[in-house]
Parts: sequence; structure tokens; C-alpha cells
Amino acid sequence: MATFLGINLFGLFGQLLVGLINGSFYALLSLGLAIIFGLLKIINFAQGAMYMLGAFFAWMALHYMGINYWAALIVVPLAVGFIGVMMERYLLRPIANEDHLYSLLLTFGIALILQGAFTHMFGSSGMSYAIPEELKGGNRLPFMYLPNYRAWIIVASLIVCAGTWYMIEKTKLGAYLRAGTENPSMMQAFGINVPLIVTLTFGFGVGLAGFAGVMAAPVYSVSPDMGSNMLIVVFAIVVIGGMGSIGGAILTGLGMGVVEGLTKYFYPEASTTVIFAVMVIVLLTKPAGLFGKEA
Amino acid sequence: MSTVGDEKLRISDLHAFYGESHILHGIDMTVMQGELVTLLGRNGAGRSTTLRSIMNMVGKRTGSININGRETIDMPAHKIAHLGMGFCPEERAIFSSLNVEENLMLPPAVRSDGMSVEEIYEMFPNLYERRMSQGTRLSGGEQQMLALARILRTGANILLLDEITEGLAPVIVKTLGEVLLKLKERGLTILLVEQNFRFAAPIADRHYVMEHGHIVEEVHAHELEAKAEMLNTYLGV
Repeated sequence: MATFLGINLFGLFGQLLVGLINGSFYALLSLGLAIIFGLLKIINFAQGAMYMLGAFFAWMALHYMGINYWAALIVVPLAVGFIGVMMERYLLRPIANEDHLYSLLLTFGIALILQGAFTHMFGSSGMSYAIPEELKGGNRLPFMYLPNYRAWIIVASLIVCAGTWYMIEKTKLGAYLRAGTENPSMMQAFGINVPLIVTLTFGFGVGLAGFAGVMAAPVYSVSPDMGSNMLIVVFAIVVIGGMGSIGGAILTGLGMGVVEGLTKYFYPEASTTVIFAVMVIVLLTKPAGLFGKEA
Repeated sequence: MSTVGDEKLRISDLHAFYGESHILHGIDMTVMQGELVTLLGRNGAGRSTTLRSIMNMVGKRTGSININGRETIDMPAHKIAHLGMGFCPEERAIFSSLNVEENLMLPPAVRSDGMSVEEIYEMFPNLYERRMSQGTRLSGGEQQMLALARILRTGANILLLDEITEGLAPVIVKTLGEVLLKLKERGLTILLVEQNFRFAAPIADRHYVMEHGHIVEEVHAHELEAKAEMLNTYLGV
């Protein structure tokens, strides 16, 4: 067995890989939350439910309509994004001028309803979704075995995260978004349809969760509570990274996945709490988060 | 083409509200093509609210606002700019999340014959030098120039300018006066809210004096001397 300074490298790299996979999902979900929070100042508690919807839609598309994984990767995020658009337009917009607590409670309620509905329809034990044929198998690397599908998760989510970051930070559309976050009424005075941008942004942020759900279907069990389990950790990550920071959400998501993976190797008992411990330390030393701007 | 021609802006019986407060009480005014008109008055007289009402940035407004012959009282805020309006707010509203050039390029073009970026940098050389700086790192004067420059690039030909000289050094105020005269020569129509009467008097064609949400007096440039005493009473200068 390969060891270095008494460390089992197979075990270490294996946990690092698991950490990166989890980190990829954390990054996608916290990115969506950060985008939505940045522009709408809404803390979207339904983000986990949208991730769960993404996984279930992929499963339903395959089993009821014969839509394969690759098509689902495109269609499902659009479908989930469309649900987000409807949600923003008809549920969140009417209460947009109320205290933010209202929208928070509304999204929380939506999450509970969706989770309940899917538990009622599919039970809570979870279903499996096969890894697509093209991504079966794996490669033996010097210190670990790397399954193709897991490598794909990391690469695909990095591409999506980087693309989203580029769109927001470097393009004209992103400049509208950033400026709309800062001063919506002035953007309206420039002739920009801010309510439309808000709706589409919400749809996009939610669509990212749908995308993460499709990606997750083959590696995690497709179950109604998959979103709520994930969401608590993702909220901790958003707090660590700093609310509303796009790059911060991505880096913190990946980083916390790795921290969690390493903890699983060195001190497994703490692996489920380490992120919350980090959150406490960050809140005590840098309350705005690692990448957040001090108010 | 500094000829004064068609009616660009006609406001009749405009009332504006912020929540429960009734700010404007039936404003009537017109601005002709190529004119530079000022709104004078004390703080709180309703001058800024008049500009913000034209842009549909107040809580509620009633009456009639005609821009280029189009009634806009029921028009959503984001459509008004596309009638050729450019608004420069009192707080300047430079975006801190964007650099100078991004701020300059931000507002979409509303007409086709806006100033090119080269022309703008020629008019405001400081902005060119600092184009990569964060927008809010500029000095007050530079921020004001940026706020003005970004609506010139859009091709807006009716400019609503709110207190553009406020808090600026005399040399910058002088530069802004020259810029406004150049814009007037280009045929732009300008409605200017101004506290600094000495800045406004030599460049304006007409003045409206506001008090308590009403227009109480209209003064043409050639009447300034005759009505100086009355203006002093209203403005308390």
C-alpha cells in the first residue's frame, strides 16, 4: 500500500476526490444562492428543493419519456429555471416590497411543499439513476482510482461555475446585473427593464440548482430529502464565503468540500461538523465572510 | 443648430407623491427644443422631485407629462429613457461595482447619434486617464463628469441635470458651464436644477422658480435684471 509519512495515500486521495465532488455541488448551489441574493436580496430556502427537483426531473425524464442523461442536462435546468421564473413572477414579486422575512418564509414553504409532494409520490427511500454509458468505468492513477463520472462532475461544474463567473464579472449583461443590484431605480432611468432582469436572474440561479440536481442523480440517491440535507451545509458555505460574492461562493464551495474530505480522512468523527466550526470561526473573525465586503 | 424649435417637454397639472406625502401640487411647464431651462428654488421646493417625476422615479404621479409628443404618465420607468431622455441625479449614482469605463458604457443607447467614446474622452480627459479606476474612487468633480458623460454617450437629447455643480470647486464648475454651452450648441435640450444662481444665470434661456411644490414664477433671461429683487426674495440669496 502506498504510504507517505505514515499516511495512506489511497485513502487520502480517495477522500480528497469525494471532497471535490461534494465541493462541486456546494459550489453550484451556493453560486445560485449568491446570484439570487445579490440581485433580489432574497434568501432562497427553496434552492435545495430545486436541486431535488432537478434530480427527480432527470429520473422522470428517463423513466417516463426516455430522455437520456445528456438531453436531461440541458432540458431539466431549463424546466427548473422556468419554475423559478413563475415563482418569482407570481409569488415573490407581489411581496417584493415587504420585509425580506416574507420571501424567506415563502421560499421555505415552497421547499416543504415540494419535499412533501415528492415524498408522497415516490416515498422517502430514494431511487437510483444509472451512470450514462459514455461515462462508465474509470482510470487508475498513481495514487487512486478515478471513476470517469466523478471526474466529469468536477470538470462540468467547474466549467459552469467559471462561465457564470465570467458572465457576471466580465460581460455587459453582467454589468447590468451588478449595477441593478446596486441601484435598480437608476438602471430603470437608463432604460433597462430591471423587473425582467430580476425574473431571469432568479430563473438562472434556480436553474443552476436544477443542473446540480441532474449531475447528482447518478452519484447520490434521488430522494425527496436530498435537497434539504444539502441546503443547510450550503447556507453555512454562503455565510463563510460572504453573502452575494460570486467568486467567493464558488471558491468557498469547492474549498469546504475539500476541507470536509480531508477531515473525513484525518478525523472522521468531525467530518459532518467541520464546516459549521469553520463558519463559527469566520463569523467571529470576519463577520462579512471571507470574500464579502464589510458593510 | 441652436435654434429654438418644437416643444420637447410639456408638463401639465403634475402632482407627485412619495408614500403619503404630496410633494408636487400641479406643475405646468414646457421646454422647447434646444432650450436650457433651470428650476430654481430653495431646498425642498420640489425641483428634484420634478425631475424624478419626469423619469417616473417617484411613488405616484398624476397629470400629464408629454415627451416629444408622447404622453408618458402611464409609461413604465424603463421606457422613458428610450424617448431620448438622459437623467443625471443629484447623488450622481456612479456604480461602485463597475470601473469608470464600465460606468460610461453602462446605459444602453437610446438614440443613434450619441457622442462617441473618443469625443467624450476628448471633452473629459480626466475620465480617460482614470478609465480603469473603480467608479466611486473618482473625485467628486470627476464623478460628476462621468455621470454627465454616460448620458451623452447614449444619444439622449433631452437632459435632466440635478444640481451638477453642488460641492464642486470653482474651476470644475467653470468647466461644467463650458460643457453645457457646448451641449447647447449641439442642439440638446436641457432642464437644469441648480442652486448656484450665478452658474445658471449666464447660460440659461429661461428659469422657473419653485416653492412648496408649485411653480411661482417664470423668468426669461432678458428679464433677469428687472426681476432680480423678486428672485432674491424667493431664493434668499
